[in-house]
Amino acid sequence: MIYREVGDFKTTYRDDGQTFPIKFDRLRYYVVLAVAFCIVPFIVNDYWTNAVLLPFLIYAIAAIGLNILTGYCGQVSLGTGGFMAVGAYSCYKLMTGFPDLNIVFCVILSGGITALVGMLFGLPSLRIKGFYLAVATLAAQFFLVWLFNKVSWFYNYSASGQINAPERTILGVPITGAGTTAPVTYLFCLVFVVVLAILARNLTRGHLGRSWMAIRDMDIAAEIIGVNPLKAKLTAFGISSFYIGIAGALLFAVYLGAVEVGEVFGIQKSFLVLFMIIIGGLGSIFGSFAGAAFMVLLPVFLKNVLVGGLGWPTDIATHVEFAIVGALIVVFLILEPHGLAQLWKIIKEKLRLWPFPH
Amino acid sequence: MSADFLFGVEVFLNGLMAGVMYALVALGFVLIFKSSGIFNYAQGVMALFAAQTLVGIQTGLIPFSHMINAVLGTKVHHFGWNVPTVVAILLTVGVMILFAIIVEKLILKHLVNQEPIILFMATIGLAYFLEGFGDLMWGAEIKKLDIGIPQGGNIWVEENTAFLGGDDFFGFYLDTLDIYAAVIAALLVTSLVLFSQYTKTGRALRAVADDHQAALSVGISLRTIWVIVWSIAGFVALVAGVMWGAKSGVQFSLSLIALKALPVLMLGGFTSIPGAIVGGLIIGVGEKMFEFLIGAPYLGGATENWFAYMLALLFLIFRPQGLFGEKIIERV
Repeated sequence: MIYREVGDFKTTYRDDGQTFPIKFDRLRYYVVLAVAFCIVPFIVNDYWTNAVLLPFLIYAIAAIGLNILTGYCGQVSLGTGGFMAVGAYSCYKLMTGFPDLNIVFCVILSGGITALVGMLFGLPSLRIKGFYLAVATLAAQFFLVWLFNKVSWFYNYSASGQINAPERTILGVPITGAGTTAPVTYLFCLVFVVVLAILARNLTRGHLGRSWMAIRDMDIAAEIIGVNPLKAKLTAFGISSFYIGIAGALLFAVYLGAVEVGEVFGIQKSFLVLFMIIIGGLGSIFGSFAGAAFMVLLPVFLKNVLVGGLGWPTDIATHVEFAIVGALIVVFLILEPHGLAQLWKIIKEKLRLWPFPH
Repeated sequence: MSADFLFGVEVFLNGLMAGVMYALVALGFVLIFKSSGIFNYAQGVMALFAAQTLVGIQTGLIPFSHMINAVLGTKVHHFGWNVPTVVAILLTVGVMILFAIIVEKLILKHLVNQEPIILFMATIGLAYFLEGFGDLMWGAEIKKLDIGIPQGGNIWVEENTAFLGGDDFFGFYLDTLDIYAAVIAALLVTSLVLFSQYTKTGRALRAVADDHQAALSVGISLRTIWVIVWSIAGFVALVAGVMWGAKSGVQFSLSLIALKALPVLMLGGFTSIPGAIVGGLIIGVGEKMFEFLIGAPYLGGATENWFAYMLALLFLIFRPQGLFGEKIIERV
């Protein structure tokens, strides 16, 4: 009853093109932001931040990044783990090489470095398409992980081969390292998520986003109507990698603190992020959030039920989790190939007519 | 002949053997891709599952025993019998056929006419499911697979090549198991080619591969064909699983051979059975030789992880459809 556009008159083109055309949606958006910024930081504890909130926020950034490439531009990538590793290692090199540099710039710069690497590995996409490209991005995945394992310059010749985040502060409050507190790390990541999500939303509905979608729908036709495939594909690879690099940097510096490349940034990570955008919905910013939330919450939920509730051994719980995640993905694809975002859209359509659908 | 050169030849031969193994996995991919346009990521996990099932049946493991013990508090693990290898293999083939039927009924049927990428994702989901399911059913520990193929260096080859070098050269070292694998792979490929050329079902398979709709219109049941193809792929997975499993034990890493097969496919083309074989050999030899000549001396080793992908990537830039793939024609 409250969810409809009736009575909400748009008098400018600006109003007409806004992200949330329905008043209730706008209100909900501001309420979510207000809760996330003003209430959540005061009630979170360490368990919730580390098990749910931080991974959710960080993977949401990675999922938006992959969604730009796969969902909007149609280039399937299995190299997400490798690109996240680039973000993490460049963040580490920047933090240790320039101790005075603010952590915010470290993270953004490492995103930039990842963007360059991503564009380099995106070059073959001009020749190769579809599955062939998906497999080609595996080259990036395996090569990058090998590189960070073998070249000791990347981990400052440390004996363990690990990288550890040194302590960095903003205004005296520790953001990385051992002395961090849950609300601070949460807020730090949240700021990145909100800024990047707004940026992504506006990029994807502008000129650039439209050229990506034209390439996705049919690249030859897009080329004929004047979309430059070189520019569209490389910007998609660059911007997508920028997001993924930032996610990798945050994952390493803020969330984990210490990283061993093969363990954290292996091929499983690539699939995890891919699952997020499939389950969430390809070509949707909301879908990236929904998918990230789903894939982060599901293991926590299953673990609590199986290990905590039923008292099963953890290894069996892990196998059950694998089977359930796999089955859910198949079920999702069968029931709703366009993911949670599509379900959400359908619910909204229904809501607009509720309670008098006829 | 110098010792380095002889060692190089030995690396080359071992690369060929490894290539045969890759080709064996790639073959399963090509079969399914040709007939249904599905890029079946689950092929590697199918190999793992098949090998697990074989070991489980052979040694009389009780399925789901870990889970039963956890839920009911019992301590069951074995039936207490050993099934002969041949019977166990036949039973495993039966399980793989059952698996094919279930996949067709529960997944493929509902995903007809979806985009290829959606089908690809579905097979990734299937891979995850099967991995968890297989571990639940048979347990995740490393199992030893013994089906009576001897292991270790082949003495006949060593004795008959020893004359090539000097006194300190004792002949080429080739694993007997690898030689068996090569022979079995050759037999498998030959029989598959004969099957698809000279039987009615084989002809139907080729018709479906050429054009789904045309095949449907002349009365070929697509769903039956899919079951058959997935069964054959399951059988190929069993062979690959047995070979790899006998070599390095039945364990999780077995499912990763699927990833090794991907560059093979890119190189050979997704739609070509000879391509899978030649691609496998090129990748096998290429990565061993690269590691021997450049990787180990100059780059710090372990280049086998990525070399195949890089080779395939470079290759694709010049020939996007692979070595033997059909030429990609795009229309607007």
